[in-house]
Amino acid sequence: MIMSNLDLNNLGNLQKVLPPDWPGGFWWHWLVFTTIIINAVLILVMAFIYIERRGMGRMQSRLGPNRTGPFGIFQPVADAIKVLLKEDIVPDTADKVVHWLAPLIAFVPTLMIFAVVPFGAGWSLAGDLNVGVLYVTAIGSISTVGVFMAGWGSSNKYSLLGAMRNVAAVVSYEMPLVLSVASVVLLAGSLSLHEIVQAQSIPFILLQPLAFLIFFMAGCAEINRSPFDLMEADSEIVAGFHTEYSGMKFAMFYLVEYAEALALSALITTFFLGGWQGPLLPPNFQWLWFVAKVFIVFFVMVWTRTTLPRVRIDQLMGFSWKFLLPLSIINLIATAIQVLVLPEGSLWVMIPVNFTIAAVLILIGSNFFTPGRGRVEV
Amino acid sequence: MTLKTEPFVLNMGPVHPSTHGVFRMRVVLDGEVVTDMEPVFGYLHRGIEKLAEERTYGGIIPLTDRLDYIAAMSNNFGYVLSVEKLAGIKVPERAEYIRVIMAELQRIASYLIIIGAFLNECGAYFTPFVYMFREREKIIDLFEMVSGQRLTYNYMRVGGVSQDLPEEFLPALDKFLAQMPVCIDEYDRLLKENEILLARSKGVGILSKETAINGSVTGPALRGSGVKWDIRRADPYSIYDRFEFDIPTGSAGDCYDRYRVRVEEMRQSLRIIKQAREQMPAGPVRTKVPHLVRPPVGETYAHIETPKGELGFYLVSDTSISPYRIHIRAPSLINLTVLRELIIGWKIADLFVIFGSIDLTMGEVDR
Repeated sequence: MIMSNLDLNNLGNLQKVLPPDWPGGFWWHWLVFTTIIINAVLILVMAFIYIERRGMGRMQSRLGPNRTGPFGIFQPVADAIKVLLKEDIVPDTADKVVHWLAPLIAFVPTLMIFAVVPFGAGWSLAGDLNVGVLYVTAIGSISTVGVFMAGWGSSNKYSLLGAMRNVAAVVSYEMPLVLSVASVVLLAGSLSLHEIVQAQSIPFILLQPLAFLIFFMAGCAEINRSPFDLMEADSEIVAGFHTEYSGMKFAMFYLVEYAEALALSALITTFFLGGWQGPLLPPNFQWLWFVAKVFIVFFVMVWTRTTLPRVRIDQLMGFSWKFLLPLSIINLIATAIQVLVLPEGSLWVMIPVNFTIAAVLILIGSNFFTPGRGRVEV
Repeated sequence: MTLKTEPFVLNMGPVHPSTHGVFRMRVVLDGEVVTDMEPVFGYLHRGIEKLAEERTYGGIIPLTDRLDYIAAMSNNFGYVLSVEKLAGIKVPERAEYIRVIMAELQRIASYLIIIGAFLNECGAYFTPFVYMFREREKIIDLFEMVSGQRLTYNYMRVGGVSQDLPEEFLPALDKFLAQMPVCIDEYDRLLKENEILLARSKGVGILSKETAINGSVTGPALRGSGVKWDIRRADPYSIYDRFEFDIPTGSAGDCYDRYRVRVEEMRQSLRIIKQAREQMPAGPVRTKVPHLVRPPVGETYAHIETPKGELGFYLVSDTSISPYRIHIRAPSLINLTVLRELIIGWKIADLFVIFGSIDLTMGEVDR
């Protein structure tokens, strides 16, 4: 046990967040959990890809992949092997270093989000990080740098357009996203993801319907899921920022896309759907609730992807700045007032109040909202 | 210090997911806004007009299949009409009805593709496209019954059609006629009021009445701008004067109107098919015409309303077995001329929505 010889006292705060019953100390905890998380993420991503392709097939009145393994269940594996064996092509005019580094910079932060996501009571790599929400929002936007590097480094005009769109979308959607989480934080009274889950005796989706909708939509825009998928709009700019990527580097971006979807589903589950909490299952199997909720959220994303057309860039921007942002600010203030006024233990009162607020705000907002100005005189 | 700027020139195509074939647009961008656009075409040029000068009148029919390859029946129809006009050949009643049924089925099939592709360009990830293709498949099956082909039918002949309808055709047609209105209603429920679709296509790419007429735009693009011009009514060919149908028109001339005009025209086509199916007499489907038609010296122009617009065939005969000159007035090519005017000032995303709503097939543009 070389690891146990290390002076663990110098690790500062991290030492304190260790689950007390975890054997072997910090480094073993770190190693085991990292391995588990990376594998869990990869497996869940494969499941997502499978669900997306089969689900879309079902909704589009076709079969979807059904040849590899029973019900085509090994299709993601086959895809991965195919993509690994492909030639890695780097354009002549590309900025080689940036081009090479971009997939990594996009992928690593996405993986790092899972360090604080609680899969069960006390089950996360960084234990009960007390600034979890801050960490998640901060880390979550780093991927954009990778995407922009990809767009710039490929020296392809489609890539550049896609990357610019991505940056613009992330910058404008970060705000409603954070503001809607802020109202959740107000209710829970903590930035720790664990405590947010534990505070949900009533799932926050009922207490904060508007914040949920805003978070969901803004999140979809950030990870460019339909109808906000215009960073890689195939009918306009071919494949956006990853046009010039092939082989494993392309696989990394593909992975990022679904890992981000997984991260968003996990965060929505944590913030609004009660995390790992759920009836029936014994404490050691409550992570099953978490996984089930994650899949439900992801299914809604697949559903919107097959149903809705894509918005235009000015409409995307307008939707964030003119619609989501004012609504999330009003919602935050309303929540703050409710938290201040309502006596302890009367959370359920917020259900009708907040549903009314959400309905009224959406009604008023949609009447005043005009998306984009359309034609520009040139 | 002043920073150097230069226009952002983007070559979209000839290989691009949304250009429906090999079409290139040289686009000058200012950020997302298109400030200039130059269409470049000719990638699919096969010299059909020149090839036709070396072939017999009957042998040209397969070439016309390859013009607007998603509406091959209509092309056949236009061509044989012009030859019959030139040579003065009468067509049996039953053949006329069969031709009308085929042309209208082809119109529906073609519109299904175009609407599906248009919605794809709006960003609906293949869902409407696949649904439209499901319906188109039924029409293709009908065509396969009569001609044995699924894309290039080569079904019509000078003086009639190649063969009578097989016995399983009419039941299958009846089944299709019963299903299709339900399907169109289903699509309308999904798409007609869709908020994002409205935002993307209403007021986008407005083609004014004046521009449309000046550019001799025809077809749904013209009717979307509110001009009630349909050759089936304006200059009835074949037996179109016997049927009741309306000519749907739009008002604003935007992408949404062009899309709606197509949907309404599918309903009208179904109406025509129903009437034709009821009135269809028995009898021969082809007049005796010599294999090598030798029309008298002269020239003629016959035009029909295809899904794209006015398709015209100009034929010059010098009494030999092949035409001295053939010119094809391809609606796609003429409609393409207004594209630049529509696109300038809009965003890249609108570029393809407008492109898809005008509806161009490269086989016809390049010939």
